[in-house]
Amino acid sequence: MKVLVAVKRVVDYNVKIRVKSDESGVDLANVKMAMNPFCEIAVEEAVRLKEKGVVDEIIVVSMGPKACQEQIRTALALGADRGIQIETDEELESLAVAKLLAKVVEEEQPGLVVLGKQSIDSDNNQTGQMLGAITGMPQGTFASEVNMADGVVEVTREIDGGLQTLSLKLPAIVTTDLRLNEPRYASLPNIMKAKRKPLDVKTPADYGVDVSPRLKTLKVEAPAQREAGILVSSVDELVDKLKNEAKVI
Amino acid sequence: MAILVIAEHEHGVLKDATLNTVAAAQQIGGDIDVLVAGSDCGAAAESAAKVSGVNKVLLADAECYNHQLAENLSLLVTELSASYSHILAPATTTGKNFMPRVAAALDVAQISDIITVESADTFKRPIYAGNAIATVQSGDSVKVITVRTTGFDAAATEGNATVEAIGAVHDAGVSSFVKEALAKSDRPELTSARVIISGGRGMANGENFQMLERVADKLGAAVGASRAAVDAGFVPNDMQVGQTGKIVAPELYIAVGISGAIQHLAGMKDSKYIVAINKDEEAPIFQVADYGLVADLFDVVPELEQKLG
Repeated sequence: MKVLVAVKRVVDYNVKIRVKSDESGVDLANVKMAMNPFCEIAVEEAVRLKEKGVVDEIIVVSMGPKACQEQIRTALALGADRGIQIETDEELESLAVAKLLAKVVEEEQPGLVVLGKQSIDSDNNQTGQMLGAITGMPQGTFASEVNMADGVVEVTREIDGGLQTLSLKLPAIVTTDLRLNEPRYASLPNIMKAKRKPLDVKTPADYGVDVSPRLKTLKVEAPAQREAGILVSSVDELVDKLKNEAKVI
Repeated sequence: MAILVIAEHEHGVLKDATLNTVAAAQQIGGDIDVLVAGSDCGAAAESAAKVSGVNKVLLADAECYNHQLAENLSLLVTELSASYSHILAPATTTGKNFMPRVAAALDVAQISDIITVESADTFKRPIYAGNAIATVQSGDSVKVITVRTTGFDAAATEGNATVEAIGAVHDAGVSSFVKEALAKSDRPELTSARVIISGGRGMANGENFQMLERVADKLGAAVGASRAAVDAGFVPNDMQVGQTGKIVAPELYIAVGISGAIQHLAGMKDSKYIVAINKDEEAPIFQVADYGLVADLFDVVPELEQKLG
């Protein structure tokens, strides 16, 4: 069975981002970029399925400017077999990404598609579900456990009240939550080997998909800052402030 | 304009998140219908009919909507969407699960997690874990929106709408429910609690959370945790407050032994009053706290419990 994994290049999660002074967006000049953490978990899950012998090929796809090939190479170093970059300078919305992925699914016919539940830049949490609607595939979102069985995948999901387990007919889509696994680091020999693994470059036009945005970002501003309050010296003072000043207890 | 709000409910009980979502719909303006879809959910539909500002409640009661399976529910909502300019659901794990399927089926963008309504087509939403706020405008014919419930005060429940049963049955037949393990608690839910007391890595182990539970019992509070405490295995993930857990905005949030990582702050910084108890006076949590107490939590939490009487 083939697995398709989608990965996104985003600002590294350790970077404290800055909003541009003209409020046109977030300043991305000279900022460290990395693979979206949820996508790393997606790659790791695919590699583990291959190690278990239920998957025989892992295809990794990323979309964006040429630089996103770095993230594809990272996935290849972690154990993916070949890569597809869909090159575009357009800032892709989730719907466009899902439409492009649907075309790749049509071509490659994977048994499973694994994606991160959301990217840590746009925080949309949409792409996997949208791909499900376009392809008709079932989805197991926010997965904390994935078990393959005969013709189905059982996915345990992190929901607000606890955990929910669903059975999905293959082919299916899984989106990863944080506790699904702990991604490994790539070894140096594997990083070297990854440079020789195949990587196809395509464009949205090759797939006949219109990727023009549907939403217009009018402005991006910094959030309102909370002012630091006061330090109290004892529990008595704290209880007094909460009762008489804040009046919340 | 007409707006369809998808209700969140469980075991016949309408969840509060629905009230916040109706409030967002009221700000957009227009006739508001509420869809209650599920199995054996008539009681939830009766509750939805009492929400102020609701014009009509649509009740789709069928086994295929049990457990809100995204594949089936999204087909139903997509079918109903023809009569509406806006479709809203709370940005809970349920809303986040099925709504993007609706948007893609309609070939429109989804606007996730809105925190304010600027106009009928323009909304504010947090990006980068709340470190930036984007104002976005949608040009699509139908606006598919998930609502961050902490951004909107709950709608009142003084309405008297009619309930209309709809017979539509959509079973995609590709997914089925196996089991669930839901946390059981007599305390209020994190996302609707008026007071929350949360513990972090400083709690040292899971047993020590009982100290917080005793304070919570006195305050009628919910008990939460930071991701560090969850990752360390002290408590289950459904207690997690933060960007990757639940987003909360109670009247009072008491952070105990929590350093205040950006990830955690993103989930609670809209609380009305924040109290921080931490022995490290350099902890970033003090920068957002209204009242800070630099002390050993193992000394002051039992004292707090006692002084709350």
